[in-house]
Amino acid sequence: MRLSFGSTSVALGLLLLAPPAMAADQLKVVTSFTILQDMVKEIGSNHVEASTLVGTDSDPHAFEPTPNDAKNLAAADLVIVSGRGLEGWMDRLIMASGYKGPIVIASTGVPERTMVDEEGEDSGEPGKVIPDPHAWNSVPNGKIYATNIIAALSKADPADAAYYQKAGEKYLQQLTDLDNWVRQEFATIPKDERKLITSHDALGYFADAYGLQFLAPAGLSTESEASAQDVAKLIQQIKAEKIKAVFVENSMNQLLVKQIADETGAKIGGTLYVESLSKGDGPAPTYVKMVRHNVTLMVAALHGQ
Amino acid sequence: MTHLRDFLFGPFIDFAFMRQALVACLALALGAGPVGVFLILRRMSLVGDAMSHAVLPGAAIGFVIAGLSLVAMGIGGLIAGLLVALLSGLISRYTALREDASFAAFYLMSLALGVLIVSTHGSNVDLIHVLFGTILAVDKAALIVIATVTSLTILCFAVIYRPLVMECFDPGFLRAAGRWGAICHGIFLVMLVANLVTGFQALGTLMSVGLMMLPAAAAKFWARDVWSLMLTAAAIALASAYCGLLISYHAGIASGPAIILVAGGTYLVSLLFGRADSLRSRYLRSAHLTA
Repeated sequence: MRLSFGSTSVALGLLLLAPPAMAADQLKVVTSFTILQDMVKEIGSNHVEASTLVGTDSDPHAFEPTPNDAKNLAAADLVIVSGRGLEGWMDRLIMASGYKGPIVIASTGVPERTMVDEEGEDSGEPGKVIPDPHAWNSVPNGKIYATNIIAALSKADPADAAYYQKAGEKYLQQLTDLDNWVRQEFATIPKDERKLITSHDALGYFADAYGLQFLAPAGLSTESEASAQDVAKLIQQIKAEKIKAVFVENSMNQLLVKQIADETGAKIGGTLYVESLSKGDGPAPTYVKMVRHNVTLMVAALHGQ
Repeated sequence: MTHLRDFLFGPFIDFAFMRQALVACLALALGAGPVGVFLILRRMSLVGDAMSHAVLPGAAIGFVIAGLSLVAMGIGGLIAGLLVALLSGLISRYTALREDASFAAFYLMSLALGVLIVSTHGSNVDLIHVLFGTILAVDKAALIVIATVTSLTILCFAVIYRPLVMECFDPGFLRAAGRWGAICHGIFLVMLVANLVTGFQALGTLMSVGLMMLPAAAAKFWARDVWSLMLTAAAIALASAYCGLLISYHAGIASGPAIILVAGGTYLVSLLFGRADSLRSRYLRSAHLTA
């Protein structure tokens, strides 16, 4: 029985009421979305029971919590979020659930980056300059996330701290290798040819880290409708800059991107996973596989394959 | 001159997506405009909106079975829409409840069922947004579907035109005509749903319902015969689509709303200055009488 972490009477009460199965010696961690859940699993393996609020293939910006989510949250020992405005719905959910334990922000320590919130999906105000919440997409930031998670798990469950440190170091090494691999892959493409179109603005940190340029079709969201001018400008831009590939995202309306690709002759590069992992049998079931999947698709498209 | 030509035609010459949008609107105008005229004559103007909700359970079941497949979701939506329309039609034929009331009852049940299926399935991909397209993203496949539905609609109109017109002015007629009446009524409802569902999928709800109802309402102020109403509605729909696309291109505003607002503006102008029964003609006539 673990009592050393800052547990509250609510969480403790539920813990004591819980059936005396293995749940008692597993740290119950609730994460906001699948990428955090995967990292917690990688680092904590069978010492933690990691769940996620926003599931696979779903958009963490827009989330409708169910009473079950609040129940899971209330029973948690530790809550890990990404922060920077990604989970706008989180505060209300935590309040509603009565959870009073620690809340760890995994993006703590990541250098600030701002972005223009074109669609208003993060701030509710289209066009506003806001902190970019999509920090996890660059692997160096992924390492910061992992480091924060190692510290959080160790603090919440000191008995297993040694395990988390060791597993965490192994995972961090994996991420370092991944980062090196990504750099090698992009090194095969001249820097001024690393231009892609994507329907989402989630790749800012990724683009900065690896010297890429992502152009987003303005207004191409499920919430706001594009004007003919936006689409025409984008088509002209693709033609003028000789952009070879257009990527659509897993939870977006893909019709307009297809239209633009048809008209310009650019290829539709495939589905990038940037805000959620895929299901176990999909192409991106873990963070590491997600980055590999995305980079492989981008590099292939940039080589014109 | 070249400036004017570039302004009016340049966007359609330079960009395939503009041409495809215009052709889609032409097809939609020819099919949905006339359907809208009959809806207005039958006092069912709000059925289009109801239908955009009624298709949800079918689309959701399509999604549960086949995943994010536009075809599966479209077919599901079509079936759900047809069920709602035909059941409402049947109820209104055989009971005292009017068609709009039974429509409301069935579409609400259908919508609730749809929300239930979506929520229990637990994916928060917004089905409605996946299902509903945008005018700027009409591709060749969507064009073929719209054109097919429009062609079938016009053929059906040619076949059932007379009984359908009779029923609009004398609702007892088709009821009295028995089985054939029911068949005509059914064919009309099928055309309605087919036009709406393909329109939703290719162009979105606002576009397909808007281009169905607004031109038809505007046409009422210009024409009196049913055939001339249908032609006027189709012409207004096409003109609105052309102007709306042009405005969307030059002013950089969203295309669907631009087209529908042009159609809405045409309706308001028709209301004020139309030949038949507009405010102007009423005012002038009463002035004439009192003079």
